[in-house]
Amino acid sequence: MADLKVNLAGIESPNPFWLASAPPTNMGSMVERAFDAGWGGAVWKTIGEPIVNVCSRLASVDYGPVRMMGLNNIELISDRPTEVNIEEMRQVKRKYPKHSVIASLMVESKKEAWEEISKRVEDAGVDGIELNFGCPHGMSERGMGSAMGQVPDYTCMVTEWVKGATKLPVIVKLTPNITSINYPARAAVRGGADALSLINTINSVMGVDIDTMIPYPNVNGKAAHGGYCGPAVKPIALNMVSELARDPEVGIPISGIGGIGTWRDAVEFLLLGATNVQVCTAVMHYGYRIVEDMIDGLSNYLDEKGFASVQDIIGLSSNRVTDWGNLDLKYKTVARIDHSKCIQCNLCYVACEDGAHQCIHFTQIGTKKFPFVDEDECVGCNLCNLVCPAPGCITMTRVDDGQQSMTWREYSAK
Amino acid sequence: MTTEVSKTLIPVEEIERNFREIEPALSDTEARLEAQRCLYCYDAPCTQACPTHIDVPAFIKKIASGNVMGSARVIFNANPIGASCARVCPVEALCVGACVENTLMHQPIMIGRLQRYATDHAMREGAPQLFKPNPHNGKSVGIIGSGPAGLSCAAFLARLGYQITIYEQKEKAGGLDTYGMAEYKMAQIDSLTEVSWIERMGVEIKCNTKVGTDVTLEELETRHEAIFLAVGLGATSRLHIPGEDLPGVYEALDFIDQVKTRQWENVPIATSVAVIGAGNTSVDAVTQAKRLGAEHVIMVYRRSQKEMPAYHYEYELAKSDAVEFQWQTAPVAIIPNADNSGIAALRCVRTQLAPAAGKSKRAEYQPVPGSEFEIPVQMVIKALGQQKRVSFLETIPGINLDPAGRVKVTPESMQTSNPKYFAGGDCVNGGREAVDAAQHGKIAARGIHFVMTGERIQLAGLDDFKFPIPLTGF
Repeated sequence: MADLKVNLAGIESPNPFWLASAPPTNMGSMVERAFDAGWGGAVWKTIGEPIVNVCSRLASVDYGPVRMMGLNNIELISDRPTEVNIEEMRQVKRKYPKHSVIASLMVESKKEAWEEISKRVEDAGVDGIELNFGCPHGMSERGMGSAMGQVPDYTCMVTEWVKGATKLPVIVKLTPNITSINYPARAAVRGGADALSLINTINSVMGVDIDTMIPYPNVNGKAAHGGYCGPAVKPIALNMVSELARDPEVGIPISGIGGIGTWRDAVEFLLLGATNVQVCTAVMHYGYRIVEDMIDGLSNYLDEKGFASVQDIIGLSSNRVTDWGNLDLKYKTVARIDHSKCIQCNLCYVACEDGAHQCIHFTQIGTKKFPFVDEDECVGCNLCNLVCPAPGCITMTRVDDGQQSMTWREYSAK
Repeated sequence: MTTEVSKTLIPVEEIERNFREIEPALSDTEARLEAQRCLYCYDAPCTQACPTHIDVPAFIKKIASGNVMGSARVIFNANPIGASCARVCPVEALCVGACVENTLMHQPIMIGRLQRYATDHAMREGAPQLFKPNPHNGKSVGIIGSGPAGLSCAAFLARLGYQITIYEQKEKAGGLDTYGMAEYKMAQIDSLTEVSWIERMGVEIKCNTKVGTDVTLEELETRHEAIFLAVGLGATSRLHIPGEDLPGVYEALDFIDQVKTRQWENVPIATSVAVIGAGNTSVDAVTQAKRLGAEHVIMVYRRSQKEMPAYHYEYELAKSDAVEFQWQTAPVAIIPNADNSGIAALRCVRTQLAPAAGKSKRAEYQPVPGSEFEIPVQMVIKALGQQKRVSFLETIPGINLDPAGRVKVTPESMQTSNPKYFAGGDCVNGGREAVDAAQHGKIAARGIHFVMTGERIQLAGLDDFKFPIPLTGF
């Protein structure tokens, strides 16, 4: 059995699976149930000056038969009194000393306010602090959340304030609603952050009810943009995590967030450089119980691959993400269609014909008409392979001899 | 009629339960989820397999997108009787049988049931018309027979602006869709709903009007510029054995016709029933006899199970209804009961494969001498296939029939050797599916329009017009 313990900037957890700051970590009793289910840590629902919420607050995008491919929310930070939240953090930490309890904070942009609340949660015994610089809706209109995270100087300044007030590890949670993730991340590092967590949710309008013509989520006839999360955002999160993991000016641990619902998703984040992961939407969809297979699947994966510790896989794929200019122009693949597996749906044909390079044609074999690839014409784009519903039917086969390589950088330097 | 075959054998409530649809309507959720499962194949095998070539992936994706009226338009555009075909088509042998999901997941898309979902939606009370007919072009076409071929041709021509009158000898329109389909597959009301939907397109249907008796061919020729023969087939073939006219001997189509009234007290049935023949109509007869409460239903067929003409899934249905089978068994006589008021038994002889059957496509069987035996039954249903309407067709001057009694037509136009007459459906192909007749009606509509106007039009699910098309003007 591989060791699943991870250590993020001095915060040790029994496994890399944390609950993200969100409704599943709204109160002590919920966090306790989550820990009982197996979660290694929990970032408490962000506390600050209590707020008033609207209803409804959530909307989702379904895709085909799949519900909640993407979720969005316009809920604000905790609506419970700060002292109640802090007291419950104290009790949970006392009861679960080996699990990680992280306080997520968001207060107005005043040094005293940040210092005061940081000291209060440190006194409660939490393992770390996460600064919510990412919430893109509501709070940002009041100069908090992503309004902080979108201005690197503010990110640096508030991080410095908190670091000056507490000895706890400080994680800065970043907003993806920026042009480049590197600048706010570097600012947090300058401010003394011990770790980064990302991504927070993405600005989004979830859709419009085409009968009433009211967008979602409907709050008495009106809607506001909200924060987008769930499986749909995972590729965006993976990109940003890998950008920071490769940035020499960052160099601090990363807690990966965004569309993680299974151990496979988690492994991908770890391979691209995250030290642990945070989960929210999948738990909101299916409950705390999903962590059982996340732990089990990760453990089996590590055993099968021969890794003694989950820490051994962190960043293993990181240096395989590079700039386009470093990719090998001499590497050539073509699509090959295995007619014994072809079901004659012809989706590869129409995709190539209308969406790619017109290199799939038909041939009559017996009574059936099969698609085949004109390999001289095939550019190896992979579209046919992506649309093919029959497993193993189309394979992208390497056709160059592997003897030569040439990147764009090398080519253009000539 | 004897009393024993005019009462219900089991309580009426049980019969009603037995005759519930075997494939009920899909709910909105079922339809949406099933439609989403469709891969949206390109140049799809299901569309190729459909005799009317409905663009199946297109109509299914429209269900998935919530455009159900658009879905129905795709269906009816290629097949005006798409609602009844959705229920009675042998989909396992056609579209569903061709679905690529047979290979991938062994779980083909429920194309027939999705088609029903869309067409039912479009035919519901108060739904808007799907097609805007062309302005009336001042031309009139008479159609003899209101079955699938006649209705299909009528719908296309009405959309093109023709005045259409259908002459139907029976009380209700719809032909075999109304009178000949197993009630658990399609209730009569569903066929009649589709008929009235086509009537709403401006088609006039004169029921109880037999051509040659109530109206003469000459009158039709005066009224209409062209006439489409969609007369179907006639009476069931005779067995030519003793006892064939005894009370208690029925033709399958008459029996099914009675079932479809749903007046169960009047439907003939007995404790033990023999059905002669092993085609799809025979299966309809045996399964419905079982559903009416017969204890023993025996299918008697002179060839072996291998040669059974019924579709495989129909055979499976008969088996699951606990029907008994007497293969390689030929009837030789129907034995009356003591007072000649009914039947006591069916006398049969075993058959064996005839030697040197080489030349014939179908294996020939001959009686085994001395193998005669009796099956005790009180009712015999003959399902031997229908005869051609040769005597009627021969009254039309200049119409050529083939040796089997089928009307000869030019396949591109369905025009007969008498240029004023076109023909389609069972009277041309000798008896196939409703969907085949619907395609004939469509081809005929295009042919009639071309002959009348010289205009070559494209209709959904037809190849491009072939040139030169061998048509005779008038």
